[in-house]
Amino acid sequence: MSRRGFRKLKNGLFLGLSMVATAAGLAALGAILFTLITHGLAGLSPRLFTQMTPVPNSAQPGGLLNAIFGSAVMTAIGILVGGPIGVLAGTYLSEYGRNSRLSTAVRFINDVLLSAPSIIIGLFIYEIVVVPMGHFSALAGAFSLAVLAIPVTLRTTEDMLNLVPAGMKDSSAALGAHPWRTTISILYPAARSGIVTGLLLAVARISGETAPLLFTALNKQFWSTNLAEPMANLPVVIFQFALSPYAEWQQLAWAGALLITVTILVLSVAARMLLAVLYRQSGGGR
Amino acid sequence: MLKIMKHCGVAALSLGALAALGAEDITGAGATFPYPIYAKWADAYKKLSGVGINYQSIGSGGGIKQIKAKTVTFGASDMPLKPDELKAAGLLQFPMIIGGVVPVVNIKGIGPGQLHLDGATVASIYLGEITQWSDARIKKLNPKLNLPGTAIAPVYRSDGSGTNFLFSDYLSKESPKFSSSIGANTSVQWPMGIGAKGNEGVANMTRQTDGAIGYVEYAYAKQNQMAYATLTNKAGGVVEPNAESFQAAAASADWAKADSYYLILTDQAGAKSWPITGASFILVYRQPTDPNAVLAALKFFNWAYQNGGEMAASLDYVPLPAPLIAQVRKTWSTEISAGGKPVWTGS
Amino acid sequence: MDGELGPLGAEPATRSIPLTVAIIDPRHAAKQQIYERLFRAATLSAAVLVLLILGGVALSLLQGAWPALHRFGLHFVTSEVWNPVTDKFGALAAIYGTLVTSAIAMAIAVPAGFGIALFLTELCPPVLKRPIGVAVELLAAVPSIIFGIWGLFVLAPVLQRHVQPWLIEHLGPLPAVGRLFQGPPFGIGILTAGIVLAIMVLPFIAATMRDVFDTVPAMLKESGYGLGATTWEVIWNVVVPHSRAGIVGGVMLGLGRALGETMAVTFVIGNAHRISVSLLAPGTTISSAIANEFTEAVGDLYTSSLIALGLLLFLITFSVIAAAQAMLRRLERRALTSI
Repeated sequence: MSRRGFRKLKNGLFLGLSMVATAAGLAALGAILFTLITHGLAGLSPRLFTQMTPVPNSAQPGGLLNAIFGSAVMTAIGILVGGPIGVLAGTYLSEYGRNSRLSTAVRFINDVLLSAPSIIIGLFIYEIVVVPMGHFSALAGAFSLAVLAIPVTLRTTEDMLNLVPAGMKDSSAALGAHPWRTTISILYPAARSGIVTGLLLAVARISGETAPLLFTALNKQFWSTNLAEPMANLPVVIFQFALSPYAEWQQLAWAGALLITVTILVLSVAARMLLAVLYRQSGGGR
Repeated sequence: MLKIMKHCGVAALSLGALAALGAEDITGAGATFPYPIYAKWADAYKKLSGVGINYQSIGSGGGIKQIKAKTVTFGASDMPLKPDELKAAGLLQFPMIIGGVVPVVNIKGIGPGQLHLDGATVASIYLGEITQWSDARIKKLNPKLNLPGTAIAPVYRSDGSGTNFLFSDYLSKESPKFSSSIGANTSVQWPMGIGAKGNEGVANMTRQTDGAIGYVEYAYAKQNQMAYATLTNKAGGVVEPNAESFQAAAASADWAKADSYYLILTDQAGAKSWPITGASFILVYRQPTDPNAVLAALKFFNWAYQNGGEMAASLDYVPLPAPLIAQVRKTWSTEISAGGKPVWTGS
Repeated sequence: MDGELGPLGAEPATRSIPLTVAIIDPRHAAKQQIYERLFRAATLSAAVLVLLILGGVALSLLQGAWPALHRFGLHFVTSEVWNPVTDKFGALAAIYGTLVTSAIAMAIAVPAGFGIALFLTELCPPVLKRPIGVAVELLAAVPSIIFGIWGLFVLAPVLQRHVQPWLIEHLGPLPAVGRLFQGPPFGIGILTAGIVLAIMVLPFIAATMRDVFDTVPAMLKESGYGLGATTWEVIWNVVVPHSRAGIVGGVMLGLGRALGETMAVTFVIGNAHRISVSLLAPGTTISSAIANEFTEAVGDLYTSSLIALGLLLFLITFSVIAAAQAMLRRLERRALTSI
């Protein structure tokens, strides 16, 4: 074969392989979503939202109400605590300390925390919250989620604030505004959708986390609103139920898995759409 | 921006208020062995009294750890703690319910109760000496069964558990090689096989894997219609696992003489005894820091002693004999105190 | 307070006093100064908090692991024994499992991710680029526990019934490679965990590589085509060398994720504290050992050994992720300063 033909063959081969890789990746996604939908839909019914997690072989099929509530509460507290911290820290990095050594260090450490194994965070919160408190609690679970939310919001806030045109900041400074006034009155409104995107991404990230909740919030088979006690939550319930031999528990596990996945996918898509709007705004508004 | 912050503040305050209004449930943790019956009892008790008993089945090892760390009101363990360990930790233990551990298998064409094994053979399987179901030693015990050549996949408990203790204790009694190389404890180093978490995990893994053998508390095997195996007991007879054979094993036990109720029921004498029987224990503090919580827990246990027998029987657990229950109640009133006064004042 | 911005950009967006008044009136000026200090302090403390968190994690892990490290010393890292009965613990089996499952995951995900990135940047018709890109990133959004249960209930039986017997029969008897494929087909085990991890890590690697490929200046690629190179030759000889730092950074980020992954692995690893040469055997990883055993570990030495495992994981992932971030930042800075 001529050299040219050989090169063409190699080209075709590798490009073909890349198509195979893409098809395989899409097939994997499809397989997982397909399994999730077929198993999960069977268990989907209004009682998921009206009944508590059942005991094995009980008369009532049961639902996931306490788990859904617990997850919602802990995620809400997690983002309420972690979100503002991340936004404020991102503001510092963007506004006050663009090039200081502290900022470089914070950025670096933040990126490490962003990819750190969440089980380590769970161990950390166990040591500083669960042990002194004397028992597992929903509060400890919420704090571990807050720690996981901070890196995401920090990163997005800093990036979004940096995107705001310098002209706006300069105009505000020229009028004599302090940085805090500029930030609150000019920058935050301008970067609003970006910051909200960051918060959405953080919520998407923490709602699916299981490992940290295993050592902090544990689980509970009843309805509970007490933050100082263990609280049911979807990921740990799924973990427990999926590994059990009871058919109705496994079905609830799949239904819960479908709920979590759909929530996170919707949040992720919403975040991307917001980002697209922001991109168009800043790019087109120049 | 401020509007958003205001809304967040309101939300946080209302969550805080909700939290303050939350009712106190009693938390216990431990063995997965009695979990089906404890959960059933807790469910019924909550409907009757409104008190929630939140039992987390995380394994006996977990129960012991949590009660020692005082993160739960009561712990549950299938392996009784030794009297000196109890004294050192300031704990009290008492038996709650009796049940049996059964070997379960997943072999094509073999149904519940069809396969017959004995202790030595099971030990050899878990030691890795017997690797296929068609092995001659298994065939000898089952001349009439058509066993396929599938590879044996032993499943064991990966978490610390009393079920592990009972099973390894039985195998240690039946096989000197097992006793010397692996031993009996809540967590042992199995030389081969797959680990799964909790009775639930072992049951699930056994059901999923072709050619698997595992060991679970009988309620798990029964509720999921798993293929359990019959065993040869100490007296030489072939026994099926059921309430009768568990009770036969428990009948010969002398609880009055046991210090701190330390008694292991495996390999008991008796023609009808099931060789892997065991009691499940509750652990509480002798001088609890929260006497109200312990009292609420004791009330639940008392209710279970008096009214839980039928539910227990439906799952093939064996309730404690009446004299033993009386003995336990007496222990409650004499051993558990707070500020000089006994916590349990009922009868 | 959420003032509307005018068409020229900034407008005094406050409904209270105009800013110009604030400067003239000393009372207001003083208040503004105080607010400024408070705000600056708040943002600074938030930033410092991030450092404190990492420091706190490292310290609490060290403190918790100290009893085990003190007792076993270096032996902790070299011993395979994990025996709660005799209170002897060694991390070697967990470290081995973590490294091998991650290696399998990388071996599958890096070429596949490269292929996907290549497809998205060079071959994909523009109409499909967005949806396929979104689909790949959606895979990244799926929580890891979903991968775990999918692996256990769907992948493991398929492997047990079809793939593993084939591997044992055809590759088992081979001289050197065969030792990797011995043993009964459990369905779960190191190979299964590696495959599930690969699917988990794939979207991150694909997305990073695609972003990096996209930053290659069109001019460089056009020069290659102008010289008569095939698409593949341009990719391999122009795009890849240009994006080297980014590729390595992305791969290492994916590796960091694979090393620390817990839930996806715990379901399918088999929970056996043993080192086996065969990939079909069950094993354990650091994170799944902690997840499985932490709440049940009785005894201070057992708990401390598990936290020591956590410390090891922290050190391993920290170094990998830190190196990856350093490389990616270098690339970012280069991209900002290049044409």
